[in-house]
Amino acid sequence: MEKFNKITGIVVPLDRANVDTDAIIPKQFLKSIKRSGFGPNLFDEWRYLDHGEPGMDNSQRPVNPDFVLNKPVYQGGSILLARKNFGCGSSREHAPWALEDYGFRVIIAPSYADIFFNNSFKNGLLPIVLPEAVVDQLFNEVEAQQGYQLTIDLQQQSITKPDGSAIEFDVDAFRKHCLLNGLDDIGLTLQKTDQIRAYESKRKNEAPWLFDSGE
Amino acid sequence: MAKTLYDKLWDDHVVHQDEDGTTLLYIDRHLVHEVTSPQAFEGLRIANRKPWRTGSVLASPDHNVPTTDRSQGISDEISRIQVDTLDQNCADFGITEFKMDDIRQGIVHVIGPEEGATLPGMTVVCGDSHTSTHGAFGALAFGIGTSEVEHVLATQCLIQKKSKNMLIKVNGSIPYGITGKDIVLAIIGEIGTAGGTGYAIEFGGQAIQELSLEGRMSLCNMAIEAGARAGMVAVDEKTIDYVKGRPYAPQGDDWDKAVQYWQTLHTDAGAHFDTMVELDVADIQPQVTWGTSPEMVVTVTDRVPDPTKEADAVKREGMQRALEYMGLVANTPISEIAPDKVFIGSCTNSRIEDLRAAAAIAKGRKVADTIKLAMVVPGSGLVKKQAEEEGLDKIFIDAGFEWREPGCSMCLAMNADRLEPGERCASTSNRNFEGRQGQGGRTHLVSPAMAAAAAVNGRFVDIRNM
Repeated sequence: MEKFNKITGIVVPLDRANVDTDAIIPKQFLKSIKRSGFGPNLFDEWRYLDHGEPGMDNSQRPVNPDFVLNKPVYQGGSILLARKNFGCGSSREHAPWALEDYGFRVIIAPSYADIFFNNSFKNGLLPIVLPEAVVDQLFNEVEAQQGYQLTIDLQQQSITKPDGSAIEFDVDAFRKHCLLNGLDDIGLTLQKTDQIRAYESKRKNEAPWLFDSGE
Repeated sequence: MAKTLYDKLWDDHVVHQDEDGTTLLYIDRHLVHEVTSPQAFEGLRIANRKPWRTGSVLASPDHNVPTTDRSQGISDEISRIQVDTLDQNCADFGITEFKMDDIRQGIVHVIGPEEGATLPGMTVVCGDSHTSTHGAFGALAFGIGTSEVEHVLATQCLIQKKSKNMLIKVNGSIPYGITGKDIVLAIIGEIGTAGGTGYAIEFGGQAIQELSLEGRMSLCNMAIEAGARAGMVAVDEKTIDYVKGRPYAPQGDDWDKAVQYWQTLHTDAGAHFDTMVELDVADIQPQVTWGTSPEMVVTVTDRVPDPTKEADAVKREGMQRALEYMGLVANTPISEIAPDKVFIGSCTNSRIEDLRAAAAIAKGRKVADTIKLAMVVPGSGLVKKQAEEEGLDKIFIDAGFEWREPGCSMCLAMNADRLEPGERCASTSNRNFEGRQGQGGRTHLVSPAMAAAAAVNGRFVDIRNM
């Protein structure tokens, strides 16, 4: 996983509540057995005017000029500003893969669905929670100022606005540590192999039927 | 200290806990399907890791499989590659798989309980958000992403933080025509699609106790649609009866020991819930969703809501967008909405009881001429077999329904079963998101009996009047 420390980027406003993972990456693209290459199909049904299928040359497809990702001012954006309950729906990790592959590194929203929130951290994508009023204010500012950028400093847990003012945000200490260092969860867990084995021995005594099937 | 059911399940699976509450949680059962696993197996290979405990894993292809004749395999090449990849990964890593041609193949959330692979007191995970289904057995069950699929394969554990406790108590005796599906849709209508975010929900009260295990599975299945990763119901005699004698269930002395443990799997008197919601089942009527989020739900006797009466601006815009997408006009009676297609199936409603309920309505009736396709997709090969033994397939076929092979099918349209743009569907599935059943498709979520009634009447009707 790529290390995350500090980024400055264009803010892309997606002004809809309850954006679900079917919208983030439609199901036909879930047939891939790879982890990469989902970026061109991020928000596929909103972004293009035709029906997308895997294997199409996306550069030849008709784009929806009204959709925010297609507006020239937001090209190269790396911070997605969203509304509440972002990422609701399925557990597909293809959703954060698509956002990350497109170039997003940060999402700012009042709330997220739990599984999406969790999946994001595992892919170097930082989902920041801010109060609804602060998010409203950011939407207003992005709307008012072309090329609006924010600087996100994970170490300091701060967001710096173009006028130099800062907003602080909370982040779970363990997740912050993993993101800052680009750590692989599995490696960390395997350091506790003895504890897992000890748990299994104890549990086998208490509940042997849990270890019977097929072993 | 008095504990909730969730507290008990959690505590029994803690391998290690850090001071800040970050917990290494042990996983007893891991269900695997073809869509969210290939990248996890690839990760294991790259890191040269082996699965920790292959006996805890059970796999079956479900999302991509065709529901029509399978003798020629899967015609869509990309779907076929994904299913072949699952077969290969299971073979390479020594994992039990019910392949497409196995009678036990089916939707993972149907076959887990059916095989007794889902047991009370277990932690159950799967790379699928509807894993919450298995909470119906007094298990802690939740969906995970692909990185976590790899993590569980490699370590048998997950790094988690404990959720808060929510109790949803449904009082009263269930009236005629009301199912677990109606109850859960009414709950989502009440608390919203983010109402359960950050919580594990326990469903309790007389109405929940009255539900069969199938009904409880429909209920817990859609806990995720209320934002909660896990939903659960306490163990009772019905739970134990359901599990008894299933292939993966304990036997002999183990069985007695297990039952003794399972009987402790309920919330203690006086245990603390962070949030409590109470409903009276007498107030719940057959539910129909009208919009593009499961919380956009009304009763069959209602009308399509009017956004101009909504005070919240973000909500109002969402309602207007939903009406436009759904091709509906505010204040239209639900009973005037006419579906083009009917889908009876999915991990929410494809079990034997669901098919019986739909067949009871279909019996002796005909699918309306205006319905282009009405299809019944059993949740597993064994559900299909049992339904055929009961003659349900004949009832459906005589009425003009198509009787299909098991899989996820038109719930999410990863196979050939899908809606065309603008088509409207009465569906027993769990999500009415834009494009979920096919690009431009319009989904109305209902119970199996309500779907069958819509098929034979050509529009939504109140099954209590049939």
